[in-house]
Amino acid sequence: MLRLISLALALWLTVPAVAFSQTFQDILQTHRDEVLKPGRRSVGVVLDDLVASGLPQAVPFLEAWRDREIVQRNSDGLFFRVIAEGDTVTLGDLDTGAELQAAEDDLTESRPNGGVRRAIGDALVQFQLSDPDIVRRQAAVEAIARSMDASQLAPLQASIDAEPDPALKETKIRLAGMLAALFADETENRIAAIAALSGDLSVDVRAVLNRLLSTTTAVAATVPGDANVAQILQVGTDITQSEAYARLVAAELAPALVPNDDIRAALVANIADAKVGGVPVHALGTDAGRWLAYDTLAAEGLAPPRVKPQTQSDAVAAHVFYTAYIEPDAAITDAARVALRATETNVALSQAIDLGLDALSLASIYFLAAIGLAITFGVMGVINMAHGEFIMMGAYTGFVVQQFVPDYTLSIIIALPLAFAITFGAGVAMERLVIRHLYHRPLETLLATFGISIALQQLAKNIFGTQARPLTSPEWLDGALMFNDVIAISYIRIAIFVLALVFLAVILFVLKRTRLGLEVRAVTQNPGMAASMGINPDRINMLTFGLGSGIAGIAGVAIGLYAKVTSEMGADYIVQSFMTVVVGGVGNVWGTLAGASLIGFLQKGIEWLNPSNTLAAQTYMILFIILFIQFRPKGIVALKGRAAAD
Amino acid sequence: MQRSFLAQNPSVIWFIAILALFTVVVTILSEVSGVGVISTSFIKTLGKTLCLCLVAITMDVVWGYCGILSLGHFAFFGIGGYAIGMWLMYARTELIVIESLAAQAIPSTAAEISDAIGNQIFGVVGSSEFPLIWTFADSLFLQLLMVILVPGLLALAFGWLAFRSRVTGVYLSILTQAMTLALALYLFQNDSGLRGNNGLSGLQNIPGYRDVPQATVSIIFFIASAIALGAGYVFFAWIVSGKMGNVIKGIRDNEARVWFLGYHVERYKLFVFTVTAVVAGIAGALYYPQAGIINPGEIAPIASIYLAVWVAIGGRGRLYGAAIGAAFVSLVSSWFTGGGAPNINLGFYTIQWTDWWLVLLGFSFVAVTLFFPKGIGGLFDLLMRKQS
Repeated sequence: MLRLISLALALWLTVPAVAFSQTFQDILQTHRDEVLKPGRRSVGVVLDDLVASGLPQAVPFLEAWRDREIVQRNSDGLFFRVIAEGDTVTLGDLDTGAELQAAEDDLTESRPNGGVRRAIGDALVQFQLSDPDIVRRQAAVEAIARSMDASQLAPLQASIDAEPDPALKETKIRLAGMLAALFADETENRIAAIAALSGDLSVDVRAVLNRLLSTTTAVAATVPGDANVAQILQVGTDITQSEAYARLVAAELAPALVPNDDIRAALVANIADAKVGGVPVHALGTDAGRWLAYDTLAAEGLAPPRVKPQTQSDAVAAHVFYTAYIEPDAAITDAARVALRATETNVALSQAIDLGLDALSLASIYFLAAIGLAITFGVMGVINMAHGEFIMMGAYTGFVVQQFVPDYTLSIIIALPLAFAITFGAGVAMERLVIRHLYHRPLETLLATFGISIALQQLAKNIFGTQARPLTSPEWLDGALMFNDVIAISYIRIAIFVLALVFLAVILFVLKRTRLGLEVRAVTQNPGMAASMGINPDRINMLTFGLGSGIAGIAGVAIGLYAKVTSEMGADYIVQSFMTVVVGGVGNVWGTLAGASLIGFLQKGIEWLNPSNTLAAQTYMILFIILFIQFRPKGIVALKGRAAAD
Repeated sequence: MQRSFLAQNPSVIWFIAILALFTVVVTILSEVSGVGVISTSFIKTLGKTLCLCLVAITMDVVWGYCGILSLGHFAFFGIGGYAIGMWLMYARTELIVIESLAAQAIPSTAAEISDAIGNQIFGVVGSSEFPLIWTFADSLFLQLLMVILVPGLLALAFGWLAFRSRVTGVYLSILTQAMTLALALYLFQNDSGLRGNNGLSGLQNIPGYRDVPQATVSIIFFIASAIALGAGYVFFAWIVSGKMGNVIKGIRDNEARVWFLGYHVERYKLFVFTVTAVVAGIAGALYYPQAGIINPGEIAPIASIYLAVWVAIGGRGRLYGAAIGAAFVSLVSSWFTGGGAPNINLGFYTIQWTDWWLVLLGFSFVAVTLFFPKGIGGLFDLLMRKQS
């Protein structure tokens, strides 16, 4: 509607001008045939004339033309815009906008094809670049960025100075720089534009530079003098002999090989008296026998001759294989190579930082999963195979809370302490009922807690089903923090990292600065002596185990936000968690931090070397850890002195 | 005074006698003899159970006698299965391919046959190349050698590293578990060369003996499993008795003291670990042709923990206990999960054992660890004491 009003306004304002200058219709009439039946090539002239006229009618006309709303009246050859169709067609005059009626059979439609319509669209872009409506200007800039065509450079550069919006101006300048690198008239201008792109690591700049450096493979007897050669390919090192010959065949410089299937088919077709070309059929079970028979057939003219290996290698040796830049000017490709190298250095740097952030967040997830274990296993020496199931219980607690509290922020705030309470209770119950009786039999603790683990896992399966349950994070944790086109980290990972830091601080505080922590350390070092000092070891063990389990519950909520909640999620983390604690060094919270960092960074590092395969990364990481344990059996942060005694 | 090995170990005679009787009775009742009371599929279940008993015995030797809680012996079992499975799959595919190519007008070249076999086997993981580890797959003898060598060498290398640096107790358990996890993850990859997630299948068909009915094949494997179990039992009973057995048990009870007595503890440990791994591999090589399929899921760490569960329920430190535990738990387990156990209707809720069996197993396992640390085997002690 707005567009119609502004159109009408524009038309009304321009009516007086029509009286003493060339009308729009006049220009169209000079190109009558091209307007009616536009072709991809001929349309350029029309568009140039229309744009050069500077008439404001050009924009609505071009839009209507692109949308196939332009008709010619057969009786006088004038062009009109279709406003409404019916028994009689309502037409609009292109200069005045006046409406008039015409019979349908008196009109011929102009039907521009897809290519023409694109050309019209490109011509429209330069008008839209200066449109008062910022949305349309942005759309025009985006359209240019999509098509990246030479014709858009000049209008884009022309529109930069008048651009009122600073952000869009910035975008236009960037885009003009990229276009100039590709299409500027003078070589010096292009080289300057390319140099300006150097070091920019956005994806579109890299695409421009790569486009400048795109190559084709070619083959010739000698390298032609005008080719901008990127690389001469050595047969045997850069390409294999058979690839080289295939290129010769593709370039029609050598006869095609006869494929094995054809040889076979020709042999089968020429069997006579159990012989082919004098060779008995039973001798055709080897390549040599088949070639012998086939060569005989070829000599008799029954099949195309086989290309012998000697011929192949001679043909390959007689030619040069190389890749050439599509851009003919070597100065430009050199400049682009320099710019791309600078860009790639920056990209590599950013990727390294991004990888570091990824590794950091993976390390904090491992740390969260293992920190509870660092207390129960590391400090108390209890192997709790059900630790993973405490993580799972925490995650399911979060899920259940979300069923009752629809507000995600509030539900997480409720779920965190509730998960702690529930898993603390479960941990205390387990310690009282099972582990208490097994303190002197660590291997049996492992098995008993494994029994609890499979029972809890199956219980969760029975209650919640086998499908993954969602634990939705609050809205303010959606999205990612973007530093540039390469470095990005999602807020949820930052939250997990912060949570891991908080946990580290809390646990260090509890163990080192509180009465409970003192008693815990006393009991783990020497229960008998601690008991004689008036500490109740039973109570301390119970509380410590509860604390470790409760922390696993909170970790479960955090991990559930990041991964799906299933009954098997605990089992996924249990082996890694134990390795984290063992690698880091038992009995030390700092050790767990070191272990989690080592494993997180190692896994990401291996994944970076072999990005397609996370399974392989995990395999190699475990192998590394097995070897690592050989050289530092006590872990990274080993306890010394009496505390280290088993 | 030195008594003979058998007189020292009356349980060996009992075990062999019962095993022989069981084998004969099952063979007579099978479809092969014409009686047909026991179905072929149940014969396979029994044969598989015997293999599980054998691997449980190896676990008992390494854990119950030597005190190493290895969570990797089921991985050795799986490696044995993979080694024999490679030959079974290759040889059978080769026969099928040659048969289908024989109908063509001219004989096929060796390369064509190899390509067709590769396509058949590896088409499922989008490849047709033979990986390096399949080099010996065409030779039954070499693959049988692999059944012994691969688990043996892996255990030797791993054990040498672990025992040399004095990794003991729960650390060793976690380390073996890590080894098992690494192996399972490796096999899960499609480019591991062992068909990734799909594993090896069709192993129940013995190449070249297509006309032999499955009933006969199953009884042959059943008897072979029984013989292997019997031989393994005698072998390990011999190892754990006598002077070496005493050293091994000494390591379990107090490793430091055995060191001080001048024994090279790590050599004994390495020997026990490697030998049991080899026997576990043999058990796997007998098990998987009866199961028909092997995939990496079978090797996952949890399987090795279940192995420990069987041994603990059966009773550690006595070989027959491990065999009884494995047979009892795996048979009861398949009875419950196979829908054999009647569901219990509590009025407000029906307990379906397919869902609740694992819960029951988990908690009964806790109960066994807490209240019957000697397991089912402990019951025999009670009987003996009453007799004497």
